[in-house]
Amino acid sequence: MASFRKKRGRSVLYAVVTCFALFSAMPFFWMLITTFKRAHDLYTIKNNPFLYNEPPTLEHLHKLFFDTLFLTYLANTFIVGLAVVIITLLVAVPAAYSLARWAGRIGENLGIAIFLTYLVPPTLLFIPLSKIIALLGLHETLWSLIFIYPTFTIPFCTWLLLGFFKSIPRDIEEQALIDGYSRVGAMVRVVLPLSVSGILTVVVFAFTLSMHEFIYALSFISSSSLKTVSIGVPTELIGEFFEWGPLMAGALIPSILVAILYTFFLDRFIAGFTAGAIK
Amino acid sequence: MTMSKTLHSGAYRHVWDNERLLSSLMIAPAILYIAVLIGFPLVLAILYSLSSATTGDPSISFVGLRNFIAVIQDPVFQKSLKNTFIFTVVSQMLVIVLSNILARALLQEFKGKRIVRFLILLPWTAPIALGTIGWMWMLDSIFSPIDWVLRYAGLLGAPDAVLGTNPNLYWLGVPGLAMSSIIIVHTWRMLPLATVILLGGLTAIPKEILDAAEVDGAGFWRRLFQITLPLLLPIMSIAVLFGVVFTFTDIAVVYILTQGGPFHSTQVLASWAFFKGIESGDLAQGAAIALFLFPVMAAAAALILRSVRRREVT
Repeated sequence: MASFRKKRGRSVLYAVVTCFALFSAMPFFWMLITTFKRAHDLYTIKNNPFLYNEPPTLEHLHKLFFDTLFLTYLANTFIVGLAVVIITLLVAVPAAYSLARWAGRIGENLGIAIFLTYLVPPTLLFIPLSKIIALLGLHETLWSLIFIYPTFTIPFCTWLLLGFFKSIPRDIEEQALIDGYSRVGAMVRVVLPLSVSGILTVVVFAFTLSMHEFIYALSFISSSSLKTVSIGVPTELIGEFFEWGPLMAGALIPSILVAILYTFFLDRFIAGFTAGAIK
Repeated sequence: MTMSKTLHSGAYRHVWDNERLLSSLMIAPAILYIAVLIGFPLVLAILYSLSSATTGDPSISFVGLRNFIAVIQDPVFQKSLKNTFIFTVVSQMLVIVLSNILARALLQEFKGKRIVRFLILLPWTAPIALGTIGWMWMLDSIFSPIDWVLRYAGLLGAPDAVLGTNPNLYWLGVPGLAMSSIIIVHTWRMLPLATVILLGGLTAIPKEILDAAEVDGAGFWRRLFQITLPLLLPIMSIAVLFGVVFTFTDIAVVYILTQGGPFHSTQVLASWAFFKGIESGDLAQGAAIALFLFPVMAAAAALILRSVRRREVT
């Protein structure tokens, strides 16, 4: 009886988990199926859409890579992401260290204040920012995104790093100071090497957040050769072709790449969101 | 020469060791960035909303509350405001229920958990604009696989079918269904975040408490409602608050799926602000519309702040 119950519990568990996994992954499964399906097969209404009624094809991928600006979108995304990562590190690492070590109670409040600015939504700021970008002459350049994206990466990354730096015992640094390092020397030579995993998290986070961003890119950039994947795929691939094959391939490839990267680091981001709410 | 070098390096060391100066120097760039590119635009948004600025003529001449009055009287705005609340509240309620079930399931060990976790996280880890495109194709007016399944099951497209004799439901073309579609996509998107946050909370509940309750004769439901849920409440409220902020202010889902249509039935504050402020070039009204996002965001921020603080004390 007990083992029957246990078995039934297991099958309920598997059923629940399978349902949720299907619900969550369905749009991506659908992209995958569509990517390799012949156009004729796709647009024949009576065909079972879950099966390959005709042999799979690579024609959509070929079209995506050679007949659209997809590779340019990827390159733009990568350039913006890399630049944002660098700016974020240069600003957030010193800020977080300073908050973690020196400022005491004020530092704590300041840290929370900086984190709260992460909650100011881009949809509230995009109108004045698009004007500022235009005034600076950055309209229709990747610089506009490189310049603006740190507004959401810096607050969150400073907050994440603050937690990391706090977890490094002060004694280690004090020993380094006694050994003759300067304050900055102690930070660069002793604390940073111990925070590699924290810094790596910030790198991944700043990159994926830049890749996810939508509204700023939509407002600042309209020339197709300067778009990132997040706006290039939805606006250009639909606009030019409205062919579902290349469009789905174009949505699937960046999604999977960034999802793999993100999933590895997710728990650390969540620790940032909950910020000590779990003890 | 040696003398000056020592002196120089002495002064140099002095700066490097001056903690007060250093700490201010190190925090300054972050504060500057936030002040110039978040604080200043926020002020600018308020100034625009009180002016008659357009994309063609962005000079600020004040017109008082005229924009707000015009915006509030606009039926499309009223609809957007209502929709934004409906989308947020309904999707977050669904997220609360679903994430509780899912987090409890993921608490168990089972085969293939890593791959399941990856799949379940996809809506949050993949860019929302790209995930939404997948939904767009699944909700296509002719080739929707959902419609195909319904037709196959005889629920749609047959003379006596429950869901109508049309071969398709036109998910994004009928106001009620378009709203449901947007709600489903928002729920889909926020579920992973809430689940992972809850999972953290569930793992933190000491097993001894639950075991002791079980020994004392408390059944599953009693343990759920009197122990697990109350202990989970603080962490659940954090998950919901983030969910509210992200859903309330999102534009990508509506912009890509429906552009606010049909007949503005899915228009939300963010998309309406975009169409007014950027596409029609009316900076003033666009800014006024976007500012309606502020109270909810501020309230959520205050509540998050409170829960962070309370946790710090205990």
